[in-house]
Amino acid sequence: MTSATSTSATPPAPVNDGRSAVSGKAVRPGDRIFLGLSRGSGVALLVIMAAIAVFLTYRSVLAISGDKANFFTTLDWNATGTDPKFGIAVLAFGTVVSSVVAMAIAVPVAVGIALFISHYAPRKLSSPLGYVIDLLAAVPSIIYGLWGALFLVPHLSGLYGWLDDYLGWTGIFSYGGGAARSLFTVGILLAIMVLPIVTSVSREVFLQVPRMHEEAALALGATRWEVIRMSVLPFGRSGVISASMLGLGRALGETMAVATVLSPSFLINSSLLDPGGGTFAQNIASKFSEADTFGQDALIASGLVLFVITLLVNGAARLIIARRKEYSGAAA
Amino acid sequence: MSITTDRPAVSHGDAPLPVSLKHARLPRWTPPVLALVAAGAGCGIGLGAGLDSTVQWGLIAALLFVFGTFALAAAVEGGRQAKDRLATCLVWIAFLIAVVPLASLLWETVARGTKVLNGYFLSHSMGTTPDALPGGGINHAIIGTLEQVGLATLIAAPIGLLTAIYLVEYGRGRLARAVTFFVDVMTGIPSIVAGLFILSVWILILGFGPSGFAGSMALAILMMPVVVRSTEEMLKLVPNELREASLALGVPKWRTILKVVLPTSIGGITTGVMLAIARIAGETAPVLLLVWGAKTINNNPFEDAQQSLPLYVFQQWQQGSEASYDRAWAAALVLIAFVMILNLVARGIARWKAPRGGRS
Repeated sequence: MTSATSTSATPPAPVNDGRSAVSGKAVRPGDRIFLGLSRGSGVALLVIMAAIAVFLTYRSVLAISGDKANFFTTLDWNATGTDPKFGIAVLAFGTVVSSVVAMAIAVPVAVGIALFISHYAPRKLSSPLGYVIDLLAAVPSIIYGLWGALFLVPHLSGLYGWLDDYLGWTGIFSYGGGAARSLFTVGILLAIMVLPIVTSVSREVFLQVPRMHEEAALALGATRWEVIRMSVLPFGRSGVISASMLGLGRALGETMAVATVLSPSFLINSSLLDPGGGTFAQNIASKFSEADTFGQDALIASGLVLFVITLLVNGAARLIIARRKEYSGAAA
Repeated sequence: MSITTDRPAVSHGDAPLPVSLKHARLPRWTPPVLALVAAGAGCGIGLGAGLDSTVQWGLIAALLFVFGTFALAAAVEGGRQAKDRLATCLVWIAFLIAVVPLASLLWETVARGTKVLNGYFLSHSMGTTPDALPGGGINHAIIGTLEQVGLATLIAAPIGLLTAIYLVEYGRGRLARAVTFFVDVMTGIPSIVAGLFILSVWILILGFGPSGFAGSMALAILMMPVVVRSTEEMLKLVPNELREASLALGVPKWRTILKVVLPTSIGGITTGVMLAIARIAGETAPVLLLVWGAKTINNNPFEDAQQSLPLYVFQQWQQGSEASYDRAWAAALVLIAFVMILNLVARGIARWKAPRGGRS
């Protein structure tokens, strides 16, 4: 019976069309079981999400109620012993700073590469390049971490000395020498890590720009840059924003690359180039092995904060994408 | 830009005709020559000022090239063309900036990884090898990774697949919308948070010890949304005529899905699952929290600590001796090869078995 199929490759029609045929009265037992199974899986997913929120919150409440200091403003992490005092101020600072540095570097470069692949590269090169970028997105983060710690860090001290010479007066870029295992290095490494994902989403959006828009601009005598500025970038703006948010979500939650590169300490450093600081994920990974049960609860509490932050960032990205879908659907 | 599009027709009286329709252009050899000059000047300045890092030489050369091109084009061709050339420069530079670290990453891994990578390294565990001395291998890590990833796939693939079927074939109304939204949200969960969740339930509340299975559960959480997303995309590509034809013959819906829809999209679904496997195979953070790592072979993923490849890389890096760095690079190379091969095979399947409508 399965051979009764047409060979015509029709464009995917809305799936709803075929559905009315079966929603008749007599529901076969097989159908009921299958529907139950597939609906059950969907519900299981929801249950898992809810369980994550509930259990993390539960353990966090245990930890925060045992905290003798303010959980949000304390600049220390001492979750063992009889007088636990710990707070996420340093972690929040480090996470935000390293992610901001990462995005400041990655987004312009990623948009550049995406434009390069979609509009500048020779035709023959562009699809293999897109392929390679997708492959690079799959490189495990621990390998970025290993490379960052053993290759990138030694190569950055020269650049940091130079930054210190010319921009040291700002305070942000002062550098005391030594290994460049600082939040700024983490930012650079995170930028390299999120580059492939931001690039591949942006490239897809740029490739969707209606050909007519570009050709109209070209016909009016626009240069290639003017075409990009007037038809490609306005069309792709929301796509780039949501790609950046997805990248930001990755950068915020990245653990191993930060844990290998950063030399952590619980202080807020005004200079980004000097070692010190920490991020949520890195702190969990490096403090975990020596933590007792209460210490693990404390780490879970910091993980909950990270969870909430990434949820907000990802939710915002999805909203932007969803809005854009409606918009471009109407336009196309 | 001054484009006058709103005029019905351009009459000759509006502006005097230009004498020549072509305006001055820089000759085609300008960019390469300018690049050479800039590179030379960059090296010269770098040497002269005694800058020790070649990265700085490159930066100076790049700046010189960009501004040189802009100035030349502005002088010869006019402002608009100059901007166009500037943008082209910047896009190329962005590309080169990105290629350098990514190429270096792959090169370093291959170059340093091949040093200790041999049959012995693949077939032996660390055992009693001291961390600071050469020797030992990753056999225990390979076994651990395969078992953990396999278990995670056994958990995540059926749930993911069925969820996608629900969303595409049945899903309507609020439940389907909620599932769609939370699958999106789930994609963004940091791996360490998934690890912490299993830690809080499995180890802290239920009181189990570390095991490969605990790690698999966290990996499964990371894998599910990826499987759902890709399967959903694939199922949506199945032409509706196939479903209608089958249903019109009186075939029950569940058999239609099993015998028509799934076989048609099986290539894409396989690809999606393999890409998801590739993604979780490299996850370290949940494994660090839940599996802990071990030095010897533990074939039982349900009891006691195990090793896994990414965790092995991390722990060898932590040891901080030359021998352990070598082992870390070699394990990284094995891991990257594993992930890349999975990716390539998956994409190969996608191309080979792309939905063609009539397959059954």
